[in-house]
Amino acid sequence: MPAITLKDHFRETRMFNIRVVIVLIFSLLAILAIVVRLVYLQIIENETYTTLSEENRFFISAIPPTRGLIFDRNGVLLAQNLPAYNLELTPERVKNINATIASLGEIIEITDDDIERFKEQLGPYNRFKPIPLKTGLSDEEVARIAVNRYRFPGVDIAARLIRHYPETGLMSHSIGYVGRINEKEMSHIDKTDYEGTNYIGKTGVEHFYESILHGHPGVQQIETNAQGRALRSFEQVPQEPGINLYLTIDAALQKVAQEALGEESGSVIAIDPNTGDVLAFVSTPVFNPNLFVAGIDHKTYAELRDDKQKPLFNRALRGQYPPGSTIKPFVGLAGLETSSIEADEPVTCRGWYSLPGDKHRYRDWKKTGHGVMSLHDAIVQSCDVYFYGLASSMGIDRMSNYLIPFGFNSPTNIDITGEVGGIMPTSKWKKEARKAPWYAGETLIAGIGQGYVLTTPLQLATAIATLSRKGHRMRPRIVSALENSNTREIQRLPPVPDVAIGVVNEEHWNQVISAMQDVAHHWRGTAFRIGKDSKYKIAGKTGTAQVFSVAQDEEYKEEEIPKELRDHALFIAFAPVENPQIAVSVIVEHGGHGGSTAAPIAKKVMDQYLLPKLEKLSATTAKTPS
Amino acid sequence: MSLLDINLNEFGERRQSLAESLHIDLPLLMGIIALLITSLFILYSASGQDMSMIWKQIIRFVLALIIMFVLAQVSSNTFKRWTPYLYVAGVILLVAVLIAGEIGKGAQRWLDFGLIRFQPAEIMKVAIPLMVSWYLSEYPLPPDGKRLAIAMMIIAIPFILIAKQPDLGTSMLVAGAGFFALLFAGLSWKLMAGFSLLGAASAPVAWYLMHDYQRQRVLTFLDPENDPLGTGYHIIQSKIAIGSGGVYGKGWLNGTQSQLDFLPERSTDFIFSAYAEEFGFIGVLVLLAIYLFILARGLLIAVQAQDTFTRLLAGSLTMTFFIYVFVNIGMVTGLLPVVGLPLPLVSYGGTSVVTLMASFGILMSIHTHRKLLPR
Repeated sequence: MPAITLKDHFRETRMFNIRVVIVLIFSLLAILAIVVRLVYLQIIENETYTTLSEENRFFISAIPPTRGLIFDRNGVLLAQNLPAYNLELTPERVKNINATIASLGEIIEITDDDIERFKEQLGPYNRFKPIPLKTGLSDEEVARIAVNRYRFPGVDIAARLIRHYPETGLMSHSIGYVGRINEKEMSHIDKTDYEGTNYIGKTGVEHFYESILHGHPGVQQIETNAQGRALRSFEQVPQEPGINLYLTIDAALQKVAQEALGEESGSVIAIDPNTGDVLAFVSTPVFNPNLFVAGIDHKTYAELRDDKQKPLFNRALRGQYPPGSTIKPFVGLAGLETSSIEADEPVTCRGWYSLPGDKHRYRDWKKTGHGVMSLHDAIVQSCDVYFYGLASSMGIDRMSNYLIPFGFNSPTNIDITGEVGGIMPTSKWKKEARKAPWYAGETLIAGIGQGYVLTTPLQLATAIATLSRKGHRMRPRIVSALENSNTREIQRLPPVPDVAIGVVNEEHWNQVISAMQDVAHHWRGTAFRIGKDSKYKIAGKTGTAQVFSVAQDEEYKEEEIPKELRDHALFIAFAPVENPQIAVSVIVEHGGHGGSTAAPIAKKVMDQYLLPKLEKLSATTAKTPS
Repeated sequence: MSLLDINLNEFGERRQSLAESLHIDLPLLMGIIALLITSLFILYSASGQDMSMIWKQIIRFVLALIIMFVLAQVSSNTFKRWTPYLYVAGVILLVAVLIAGEIGKGAQRWLDFGLIRFQPAEIMKVAIPLMVSWYLSEYPLPPDGKRLAIAMMIIAIPFILIAKQPDLGTSMLVAGAGFFALLFAGLSWKLMAGFSLLGAASAPVAWYLMHDYQRQRVLTFLDPENDPLGTGYHIIQSKIAIGSGGVYGKGWLNGTQSQLDFLPERSTDFIFSAYAEEFGFIGVLVLLAIYLFILARGLLIAVQAQDTFTRLLAGSLTMTFFIYVFVNIGMVTGLLPVVGLPLPLVSYGGTSVVTLMASFGILMSIHTHRKLLPR
């Protein structure tokens, strides 16, 4: 039975009041705990947390430098930077990239190419760097994205300076182009220098002069919110723009040279022999370098790559061709210098040449033969038999050792990235490279620039320039002046002489040069068609480089051979003979004959360059006795 | 007139001031108004100067004040009569929520009546103190074992139902409200110590029963840096906000952590951090002083209450309010795990404001409906 307890109000009240006091004390202790915690956070650790909150707020970001501009020798703008609006995605901040691209595609047009290009650039190496999805947005597209941007975290419209080549393909093989920095480049560049930059010089001058074209990034402090959107920026260190380059190229001349080649694939190089300045640097076909700047898509790239004419191939710099008969003046000079022949020693050409004890007939291009030839005649009429004999009596090593100083065999060291050298064979070279002994017959065909002999158009141009200045060799160059973008101060680079060709007898130069002059100006000359009406004297040499060997019992019939197997047409020349101002090398792939195809192209180039200068030139030439 | 200096009218009743005749406790009201004004100011800043949010909150405040005022007119005897019905209705609604949650496949805290979304757990914040106080006040204090067991059942049923929602924060708070009624009723210290030990021993069991996100919260509490961008982000950013406020604060509307979105939930659960960032240590002391004042006033009302029911009720309602404050501030300063409780009367939102103001209405009623003569 439960005991009936009565309420004891007094006791209950007392107990309650005590409990209230105890609870109040505990509550005060709780408040005290909070206060202590706040003292710790807000007073003791205040500095730490202030730093953390500043770090939250600000991030240091690089101001990408403005890339240096590129001008031709007359100040024509060849590479500039244009502002463009890019739609960029920062992979790190986009949760589902595919879904984001798909919904962006509902707002503006995003092509499969755009997506493919984006995916290619979406490497694992830098997920914090924005990658362009679509470049060059129109104003309307910018507006459409802007109103919807809240839906797409990690998607931004960036106003960037984009490299642009206003002359499109004109300079594609010399200036080259910039493109997105790839993983390999990432590993060897100074990353702080490329903070905020997406582009790097890939080829040509853009690559060679990358270090000075690029400039140095500035630093700015950007206030951001938690979503990483920049709110304000405080510039701290301004960017240092890249150096502007003045090329030695004459854009007008370049255009004439390119148009002269027309649809043919080939190369034209024009050099000022006095300075080594490259006046025209043409390799055709050309391509549009602007395609590469934004990041080229697979399809377009494949089209360029698989094009039969190989537009991406830099023929001027990397094309290795047999020089053919264009080598003859040099071989002749070597013969004179090495005393292997006398200039007026007659040699009879019957249309073929045989080595003693060998039945093999080395044929002359002229079946019937040239008859009795001196060195002069042999150069003018391009007699092969004469040079077979000359090469044979010199021997390959003596001949090559004389030709190598002209720059055959090694790169010219021009300031364009990617140059390859040619081959001027020696017996030692063949032993090392081919693991085989040198055969006497190989000397003969080397003497007419065939066989193992390979040269680039640039090498040929340098060699003819050197010959025109009687051995004074200037290193070819494409950049002649640097301009500080801030101060507009121009620094002219002095021409660089290379080791000159040692000559025993000055007269030997004159003999070869006079023969070359008759190539263009004597009625028997192989390039008479360009010399007969010329207002100035040209010294030149035609050449035909075999692509396709004709068997001993066959005949080379141009019309019967498919175009891609036809001979290359070559021509080297300089003018005016008495005071050389321009040296040219022309190669027309599968163009047939040097005299008919290549020489007129060289003439157009020389006309363009020399005709406006003729009066001034003749005034200066008159002073020097010829 | 009287020796006791009490104004009496001709009927022997105390002459009443306007506040008294409206059954309003002025000191309590002043404390509340101070909080509400503070709330609007910090909310204006934390919402990014969003006036529409401010107007919404003002409307909620006005509604809550009306509820408070209405409840203040009701005498404690009426509360006593309603108590069992309110409690039972609350439990039924909690069950309804659970069933709706089962159907909806997911956490369910709301009952959606179309116009009003209603959270039944909120009723329990008032109903449990009422029910426990009502039950215990019928018998002499301290309660014997059987009464204690029944009282604990009264607490346990809604606690479990709310914990299953799952809303551990609210269920703990609701249990706390009942616990304070027990404490004020004279629960023996020995028993309390025993329960604490039992609680500590059952921690592994609780861990086992917890949902993943609840475990995560505990883990994050223990080591927030472990997951700086996930669940730890809240607490790290909150500490940065508070700590960078310093002594004087960054100034109103100048808190970078809250203005630039680094501080999550900055107008709701983490509004204290936004406040501490902009008003600094001094501002926080002022805010704590207001809360302390309300706590003291509530406890004074409890002490001055005239019967066991109102006494226990006033005491436990006041302490519930205070626990709210402590848990929220403890959570944002990293003293306690993140449980998802608003800062009473300051955080943006309506539900907790209505519940709290209802309990303040009850407190006022208790204080202003006292009989003239001492017990």
